[in-house]
Amino acid sequence: MHPAPSIILFTVLSGLGFGLMIFLGLGMPAPTGINAFIWFALAYIFAVGGLISSTFHLGNPQRALKAFTQWKTSWLSREAWLSAITLTIMAIYGAGLVFLETRWTALGYLGAACALATVYGTSMIYAQLKTVPRWNHPTTPAMFIAYALAGGSLLAGQVSVSLVLMGCAAALQAFIFFTADTRFAARGHTLETATQLGDIGKVRAFEPPHTGTNYLLHEMVHMIGRKHAQKLQIIALLLLVAPIILLLLPFSHTLAAGAVLAHLAGVLTARWLFFAQAEHVVGLYYGKRG
Amino acid sequence: MGYNQPVVETSPKVSDEIRKTTCYMCACRCGINVHMKDGPDGKRQVAYIEGNKDHPVNQGVLCAKGSAGIMQVNAPSRLRAPLKRVGPRGSGAFEEITWDEAMDIATKTLAPIREKNPEKLAFFTGRDQSQSFTSFWAQGFGTPNYAAHGGFCSVNMAAAGIYTMGGAFWEFGQPDWEHTKLFMLFGVAEDHDSNPIKMGIGKIKARGAKIIGINPIRTGYNAVADEWVGITPGTDGLFILALVHCLLKAGKIDLNYLSQFTNAPVLLNGDESSPDFGLFLRDSDGKPVVMDRTTGKLTAFDAKGVKPDLGASFRKAGYTHRTVFHMMIERYMDDAYAPEAVADRCGITAKRIRAIAAQLADVAFNQAIELDHEWTDFRGTKHTKMIGRPVSMHAMRGISAHANGFQTCRALHMLQIILGAVETPGGMRFKPPYPKPATAHPKPHCKVTPNAPLDGPHLGFVHGPEDLCLKDDGSPARIDKAFTWDNPMSAHGLMHMVISNAHAGDPYKIDTLFMYMANMSWNSSMNIGGVHKMLTDTDEDGNYVIPNIIYSDAYSSEMVAYADLVLPDTTYLERHDCISLLDRPICEADAVADAIRWPVIEPDRDVRGFQSMLCDLGARLNLPGFVNEDGTQKYKDYADYITHHIRRPGIGPLAGWRTGEDGLQNGRGDANDAQLDTYIENGGFWMEHLPEGANYYKPWNMRYQEWAVKMGFYDSVQPYIFQLYVEPMRKFQRAAEGHGDRQPPDHLRKRIIDTLDPLPIWYSNAAENKADAFPVTALTQRPMAMYHSWGSQNAWLRQIHGRNPLYVPTKIWEANGFSEGDWALVTSPHGKITVPVAHQASLNENTVWTWNAIGKRKGAWALDKNAPEATKGFLLNHLIHELLPPKGDGLRWANSDPVTGQAAWFDLKVRIEKTTAPKESQPQMPAIKSPVGKGPDHLAWKTGK
Amino acid sequence: MTELPTQTEKKLGLVIDLDTCVGCHACVISCKGWNTENYGAPLSDQDPYGAAPTGTFLNRVHSYEVQPETGPAQLIHFPKSCLHCEDAPCVTVCPTGASYKRVEDGIVLVNESDCIGCGLCAWACPYGAREMDQDQGVMKKCTLCVDRIYNENLPAEDREPACVRTCPAGARHFGDLGDPDSEVSQLVAERGGLDLMPEQGTKPVNQYLPPRLKDDYTNTGEIDILAPLLDPVAPDAKGLLGWLDKALEKL
Ligand SMILES: Nc1nc2c(c(=O)[nH]1)N[C@H]1C(S)=C(S)[C@@H](COP(=O)(O)OP(=O)(O)OC[C@H]3O[C@@H](n4cnc5c(=O)[nH]c(N)nc54)[C@H](O)[C@@H]3O)O[C@H]1N2
Ligand SMILES: Nc1nc2c(c(=O)[nH]1)N[C@H]1C(S)=C(S)[C@@H](COP(=O)(O)OP(=O)(O)OC[C@H]3O[C@@H](n4cnc5c(=O)[nH]c(N)nc54)[C@H](O)[C@@H]3O)O[C@H]1N2
Ligand code: SF4
Ligand code: SF4
Ligand code: SF4
Ligand code: SF4
Ligand code: SF4
Ligand SMILES: [Mo]
Repeated sequence: MHPAPSIILFTVLSGLGFGLMIFLGLGMPAPTGINAFIWFALAYIFAVGGLISSTFHLGNPQRALKAFTQWKTSWLSREAWLSAITLTIMAIYGAGLVFLETRWTALGYLGAACALATVYGTSMIYAQLKTVPRWNHPTTPAMFIAYALAGGSLLAGQVSVSLVLMGCAAALQAFIFFTADTRFAARGHTLETATQLGDIGKVRAFEPPHTGTNYLLHEMVHMIGRKHAQKLQIIALLLLVAPIILLLLPFSHTLAAGAVLAHLAGVLTARWLFFAQAEHVVGLYYGKRG
Repeated sequence: MGYNQPVVETSPKVSDEIRKTTCYMCACRCGINVHMKDGPDGKRQVAYIEGNKDHPVNQGVLCAKGSAGIMQVNAPSRLRAPLKRVGPRGSGAFEEITWDEAMDIATKTLAPIREKNPEKLAFFTGRDQSQSFTSFWAQGFGTPNYAAHGGFCSVNMAAAGIYTMGGAFWEFGQPDWEHTKLFMLFGVAEDHDSNPIKMGIGKIKARGAKIIGINPIRTGYNAVADEWVGITPGTDGLFILALVHCLLKAGKIDLNYLSQFTNAPVLLNGDESSPDFGLFLRDSDGKPVVMDRTTGKLTAFDAKGVKPDLGASFRKAGYTHRTVFHMMIERYMDDAYAPEAVADRCGITAKRIRAIAAQLADVAFNQAIELDHEWTDFRGTKHTKMIGRPVSMHAMRGISAHANGFQTCRALHMLQIILGAVETPGGMRFKPPYPKPATAHPKPHCKVTPNAPLDGPHLGFVHGPEDLCLKDDGSPARIDKAFTWDNPMSAHGLMHMVISNAHAGDPYKIDTLFMYMANMSWNSSMNIGGVHKMLTDTDEDGNYVIPNIIYSDAYSSEMVAYADLVLPDTTYLERHDCISLLDRPICEADAVADAIRWPVIEPDRDVRGFQSMLCDLGARLNLPGFVNEDGTQKYKDYADYITHHIRRPGIGPLAGWRTGEDGLQNGRGDANDAQLDTYIENGGFWMEHLPEGANYYKPWNMRYQEWAVKMGFYDSVQPYIFQLYVEPMRKFQRAAEGHGDRQPPDHLRKRIIDTLDPLPIWYSNAAENKADAFPVTALTQRPMAMYHSWGSQNAWLRQIHGRNPLYVPTKIWEANGFSEGDWALVTSPHGKITVPVAHQASLNENTVWTWNAIGKRKGAWALDKNAPEATKGFLLNHLIHELLPPKGDGLRWANSDPVTGQAAWFDLKVRIEKTTAPKESQPQMPAIKSPVGKGPDHLAWKTGK
Repeated sequence: MTELPTQTEKKLGLVIDLDTCVGCHACVISCKGWNTENYGAPLSDQDPYGAAPTGTFLNRVHSYEVQPETGPAQLIHFPKSCLHCEDAPCVTVCPTGASYKRVEDGIVLVNESDCIGCGLCAWACPYGAREMDQDQGVMKKCTLCVDRIYNENLPAEDREPACVRTCPAGARHFGDLGDPDSEVSQLVAERGGLDLMPEQGTKPVNQYLPPRLKDDYTNTGEIDILAPLLDPVAPDAKGLLGWLDKALEKL
């Protein structure tokens, strides 16, 4: 799949934002007043920034509100609702902390749950797609949630929790890197099933339907070299593990900032790969899996 | 809650008006419904084009090019006004001038030529559909130097068909799609009859009948063929003669048909001492004679009730005269034609050849069909049934664009004929006005008189040395050397030799090259770089060696840059045209039909229909036929000519709705002022079905013959027999053997004797093309969704074919270690190109190929300089030369068929090796300056609101 | 409406005959022509005369080479447009309801005025049947020519998709695949019509008729059945003349 910057930013930033909200909702930390304002502003900048970024991927963003209508079937619609609900709840909860210096614990828990659900919703936009076997797997929501929790806890300054969560996220990511390559084949999608010509023999794409490019090729048939991908995978894992080491060192703000940046860079790299390595079945028709 | 869904307008207005005319994105000439909508300026605009369901050619279907017509008539590459060259030739630097000025230049250039040496005008037209008009103009001018493009296209097919059986495949004959059970397709990727062939294949497929595709390349039609024969290029003749061998040997031939309808039983002069040795024995009326089996007497072949004896021999004065069939048996029964003897050269196993022969025999004789149609033949014999041999064949450039193409086409027709599968149910059928024997066609004319018209039509069919176009000193009368000893039966002229001959001043120098609708500096020329040099070469005084070039095109093609004066034509929706029975017909086997084009939109540029322009120019030059007695212009425009021109009494360009004593009549009649309106009302065409019982056996079927006379195809019935043995060829051989007073030059004697064999033969051209050093054949195919060079200016089509790889078979792919994205250096005896490669397994193992005419020159067609057509696309034409590589005899032989002069595009031999990818395909020519600028960077085409 | 109807009254769709398609692209262009002028936004082209032309098309013709175990490789032209799936994932993923499947005929459509151009439906479609128009930012797909097949401004015989009407080889058939007696259903039954990528579970309505057995000579004994047909009637030219005499006698 085409690793569109708008989508990468959307998923990474909103993941971080909602991740942070989870911890704010749980009261970890539970700041008040101006402090709370800063924490919440941070969470909102990430979450809303991500959401705004996602609209750059839209052909007609002015109609974005229509995306709320189909929550019965569409994960994108559900995600719209969940994020709106989460943002609203957390706004009320945050307002309590900032202006009334009151912590409505139950509301916070509800907000945290919604934020978690939002991240899950985001992940399901991808995980639901049977057409992308690499994504269509329980590890996809797990990975989105793991990053949200790891990043959220890191931002929330929950060092010890974060250490565990970042370790989990890195491990999960490593697991995905190691296992996801085979998923496409495991599903049995081949040019033979795509064309139903397998009864005759081995099928090979001969001439493409157009020598020019098109939306499909641009959007869904992104090819990335194996070597290149492997290199990026190692970099991503190193970046994901780096914060753990940094945090294990004696605490300093620079190290903490470094940890956050390393984590962010790691997630961005991994997310870039999440798209770039994802092979859409339509690539089969073009003689390319990619 | 129910399922609620938006309401869709399912009956939107389709258009404000439908205008029915004829497509012209290729020569198939389908009927189209042009849907018009009111545009923002109130003018009707083209909104959508679909096929016309009533039209005989396409019956509603339409190909990709036809459907993309809207992008063609709106292409940014359209020329906008007459252009006068201001920079050096080939640079593309022009200034726009008025039509007055343009016509003035043209008149001043041409009038003095006509005055003194009409032959100094060479007027050649491309794949045009008004040849009966343009040739009439050229005849009036008086130059012998006129032809259309047939010589580099498919004259082998046309000439072999007409000499052999009075009609060719091409667009003159078609398989009996309704009845055929086995269809063999030789060397066709697309053909002129594009939609009808596809429709026919669809019909065969729907019935589950069988298709065998003989083609080194398995794409398109050959991909859907049930059996694919991946033949070695250039060897079809051998393969066909092996089939003939098998069928003869097994007696699986239609003896009745051969004896009644062909010259197989005609007796040949066996007297070696006679100048007529090998010619037909004739009676006192000059008619070839046969021996009647009933009486044992020699009789004219067409005598009433005669039963010609195929096996006859006749002894007189010590000489035995035997039949044509005798000679056929002797030749083709020879083991030289046994499948085992040809298998390796053809790349087809002997077993396979036999299997195909057996299938032919099975379908023709075990699965014969009978239609209950009574008919009477030309000998007066009544038949109660029409016997059909449901084997049909079709072929085109794959067999004709080789230097052995004429004989190969002849061999194919012989195969059809011995099976009795021509003009019989289930076989091949002619489309009116064919069949028409070679003898019913004109002969070529070349007598030049200053200030006077030529002595007759330029092109035609020669019947012996006496008909050649030679001057008194024996030198060629025509600039293209058509109808000379080099290629005596060059029925369509040799457009591909004009530029090189004119440049060389051989046989003489010319003054003006006037061309129309042919991209002769690019995809229709061999040796492109050389042609550019010839077009721009100057003499010691700095004048161009070819002094004047006038060219008419509708678009900014590569050729435009080489003209001194460019006359911009209209597009096909903006003009009148006439698809006439005098020209290339659009008929179906069951019906005669002709059609028009008419301006369904007005040009928005300062352009003029070429033919209308010629009416004007003809009058300015005072050409007979173009001026009235008082010297005024005779035809206001082409529409006027179409309506009022009378070719022969009662015959004009259009056969429908002429006038007679009882009002309107078809075929013959006087001009009708309202004729074009009636055509328009009728959907742009006219069609009349053959009378019942006239549909098959047409050359011999008196009901057809009489109807043909009534329609005006000819003025008296013309029954004839198929010429398995082509006597005129024997006459050329006889001349080469020293008989007669018109004698070929010595260096050509042997070749004439060897190649102008009156019975089909096969010979290889591999050695001449240096196959030992260049072992791979390189071919081109037409893409179905592109027409030569014009498609690339079409925004929709160029997304489908925007560049072309060289397809390489597995063996060569692996030997070179190619992988996807690689490039190759391809070398021929003549040149080198560097191009991208792609792999194809379903390809003859010694053949490479690419799509034809995708490669473009930078700056042409209003495309961006970095258009993939120019940077990655390429032409094989750089590798092909109009002359064969020198063979060391001090002579340069033409790369064409020795019989017809047909350009041998497909004899190209190359070597291929992997190379590092250059930035762009090679060679690259410098960009030409676009006279029309560049196209827009975005399109969202919608006419209606 | 992103919920799929539980059932549709008809299942209109195409049947594409891979044994007959010659790969001419006529259906591609006629589709482009009809649909740029009709339903919804025009099908735009970017850089149409430039170095990297691209544009929106609703129908594309691929070609594949297939290598059987014995015999030469085969080439198959393969047209592909929306298959109007019964279980259309493109519909259920759509957040706006712009994508929907019609109850009356099962046609899957995009209501462009509701489409936000998120592209998710194209991602969900296994077949590459949806293309986002780069000019208008709305999703485009085959409409099964919904504005032709019922169009009362067209003569009855023209009420079929543009691509079907134009296909010169007659490789495209249109009809109700929900009705077992329809011509298309019969064709599918007779020729063994196939679902593309069945493992995706989309239940396509459009069916593909597989190519018939090719190059039969490589693996059957047919040659032997026909071989006697070529038994020589004479060993040589002379003998043949003798045979000829007898044969002519019988005529
Ligand atoms: N779409 C489209 N239609 C066209 C045209 C076009 O440009 N585009 N051009 C028109 C014109 S001008 C013409 S002349 C006709 C030509 O129509 P075709 O005769 O169909 O022309 P080509 O595409 O040259 O195809 C030649 C075929 O012959 C095969 N071939 C080459 N050598 C041999 C051989 O030795 N033996 C056999 N058996 N096969 C061989 C090639 O593989 C190829 O398939 O098409 C006309 N129609
Ligand atoms: N390598 C290779 N070369 C080949 C062939 C091959 O098979 N292989 N095939 C050969 C054959 S058979 C042929 S017929 C030739 C074809 O070659 P050309 O006859 O050169 O064909 P086009 O490229 O179509 O060029 C025709 C010209 O007519 C112009 N034109 C289009 N419409 C109109 C119009 O309405 N009015 C006017 N005045 N001009 C118009 C176009 O812009 C173009 O410049 O190519 C030959 N060249
Ligand atoms: S075959 Fe195509 S381009 Fe040629 S006349 Fe017919 S519709 Fe037009
Ligand atoms: S083919 Fe694709 S776009 Fe069409 S209904 Fe099926 S999933 Fe949807
Ligand atoms: S692109 Fe349009 S039709 Fe497709 S899912 Fe998004 S909103 Fe729905
Ligand atoms: S049915 Fe209509 S929209 Fe669909 S592919 Fe055919 S022409 Fe295009
Ligand atoms: S129009 Fe028909 S034959 Fe041509 S590509 Fe389309 S389906 Fe195939
Ligand atoms: Mo041609």
